[in-house]
Amino acid sequence: MAKTGALDPRDRGGKAQPLLTVQNLRKHFPVRGGVLNRVKATVHAVDDVSFSVRKGETLGIVGESGCGKSTTARLLMQLIAPDEGTLIFDGDEVGATGGISVAAMRRQMQMVFQDSYSSLNPRMTMVDSIAYAPHMHGVPKRRAYEEAESLLAQVGLNPQQHARRYPHEMSGGQRQRVNIARALALEPRLVILDEAVSALDKSVEAQVLNLLRELKARFDLTYIFISHDLNVVEYVSDRVMVMYLGQVVESGPVEAIYRQPRHPYTRALLASKPSMDPDKRTTAMPLTGDPPNPIDPPSGCRFRTRCSYARDICAAAIPPLAPPMVDDGPAEHLVACVVPEAQEGRVLTHA
Amino acid sequence: MASDTTMAQPGTLAAPAAAFIAPAGYWKLVRRRLLRDKTTLFVTAMLVAIVFISLAAPWVTSYDPYQGSIMLRLKPIGTPGHWLGTDETGRDIWTRLCYGGRLSLLAGVVPVAVSLVVGSFLGIVAGFVGGRIGTLIMRTMDVFYAFPSILLAVAICGLLGNGLTNSIIALAVVFIPPMVRIAETVTAQTRQLDFVEAARAGGTSTMQIIRHHILSNVLGTILVYATSLISLSIILSAGLSFLGLGVTPPQAEWGLMLNSLRQAIYVQPYVAALPGLLIFVTSMCFNLMSDGLRGAMDVRLNR
Ligand SMILES: Nc1ncnc2c1ncn2[C@@H]1O[C@H](COP(=O)(O)OP(=O)(O)O)[C@@H](O)[C@H]1O
Ligand SMILES: [Mg+2]
Repeated sequence: MAKTGALDPRDRGGKAQPLLTVQNLRKHFPVRGGVLNRVKATVHAVDDVSFSVRKGETLGIVGESGCGKSTTARLLMQLIAPDEGTLIFDGDEVGATGGISVAAMRRQMQMVFQDSYSSLNPRMTMVDSIAYAPHMHGVPKRRAYEEAESLLAQVGLNPQQHARRYPHEMSGGQRQRVNIARALALEPRLVILDEAVSALDKSVEAQVLNLLRELKARFDLTYIFISHDLNVVEYVSDRVMVMYLGQVVESGPVEAIYRQPRHPYTRALLASKPSMDPDKRTTAMPLTGDPPNPIDPPSGCRFRTRCSYARDICAAAIPPLAPPMVDDGPAEHLVACVVPEAQEGRVLTHA
Repeated sequence: MASDTTMAQPGTLAAPAAAFIAPAGYWKLVRRRLLRDKTTLFVTAMLVAIVFISLAAPWVTSYDPYQGSIMLRLKPIGTPGHWLGTDETGRDIWTRLCYGGRLSLLAGVVPVAVSLVVGSFLGIVAGFVGGRIGTLIMRTMDVFYAFPSILLAVAICGLLGNGLTNSIIALAVVFIPPMVRIAETVTAQTRQLDFVEAARAGGTSTMQIIRHHILSNVLGTILVYATSLISLSIILSAGLSFLGLGVTPPQAEWGLMLNSLRQAIYVQPYVAALPGLLIFVTSMCFNLMSDGLRGAMDVRLNR
């Protein structure tokens, strides 16, 4: 493991500088319809999202389906253009003059998708898929294929057995290993895993999670781990960010978020998570009802329509992310809620 | 990359370097599967024979396709010197069929080839780019779609006047809209698959994505559809000639022969049926070949 410990030659600002800083990211999708195909409404998929990812950490992103996790990932990868927002990769603003280009950033950042089958070209063998991008970037064909085979071995597949196979000849877990190998072929520093293990069987999921942990240490990787599965996120993450309807409602170290959630939404999410230990279950009410439509989100705090602590100030303005009012916990714990009782999770007594 | 941890077996490293990246391996697989498929091999051999005999017409027969003899009108099959009989002006049927294959195949294959090139280009652009350009292309095609294909072909031929070139143009116009629609649908489906996004995330350019990821997944379907259109095209072009809108007498063409032998149907029914039989067999062969191709290209089917 040549790299471990040694500083990456691509490192710019040292360990203390965040690998990726995201500022005020926004993406609205127009909804078209009618005979003239006019814009009828907008989906507020990602709305004013800011966070940073530290070198070497795993940042978990959780939230119900449709809260904008995948859109955030695709915005980070520059697969779709943001309406607004700035990305700063290791101190360099992406796409700005004097910063780094989109192409240069992409080479240091890769992504693994949820659907292992549709992530692979059905007409390409496993080595073809892995060697493709490096070859396009100018690595000689022979070397690209040698490295692809070596990567297959590193993700736990036997090159002799699997290199020449097509996607339909592999199991879901094997395909996802290949997708991971393909992402690693470009030697990224940051890997975004968008529900990368969510479609796998539980036993296979555990194996792939262990593989991801090994690879992270071996290649000095930083992960953004996106999932709707709270147990998995707790297992892999150093820090966690909770999203609701396109916004970040709470973020902080994994212990703080899971032991002492400060946002009523986080608390409700955790309460609805299947726990092994009945004593650990919190007193908060489980989440009821579907999340409101991101086409027409509520004013102010977007969670207020499902929140039992909601009051007038919640509708007035979007609560900023700030340290909890009642906290003595870690400094980087942030919550977007302005109601002290809600942050504390005090049991409500209705008169 | 720190690849010093788990190295692959050295023996496996030589093979992949020889393979071309992307679709080459796939097409090899398709060829291997086709070579195992007896029906497809048989119909392909039949088609090769038909094409070969048509092209080699002057060498497989010594008669003139346009020169008949009054004395030899409407001879039956098996007549010495005219083993497939003669037509109403005493021309050798075997000779006419051989020469006729040239025009019939030309009039059947060329419209499909033209619509394949034009249609898949427009369809792939519409499916990949989408948006306003896509809508414009697809709505234009819908206008042509509103008419039944035979009616449209007859109308265009009527407009342009008869003749081989006009019949080819008419059929190409008829086949472009369905070709565009197929290409657009498959392209739009393929484009939204994750491997296209993964390729883009890997820094692949749009042209490379179309060449290596879209085309290899789209061309198969389009090609299969095109081969199945050839049979329809042969029948339609023969139909146009039969109606007097395509090839003009005295040229030899199967549809036209069918028309002129019509009067002889009570005198020599077997002879009169021969051009029809050839149209049927040829289009059937193209259809079966297209089925075989479809099966061989679907990697999800085993063997
Ligand atoms: N290309 C798109 N066009 C329109 N709406 C979209 C598009 N992509 C995502 N959305 C919408 O944006 C919202 C967030 O989606 P997504 O980021 O996929 O959520 P998640 O990954 O958290 O489940 C959803 O309401 C979804 O319907
Ligand atoms: Mg998602």
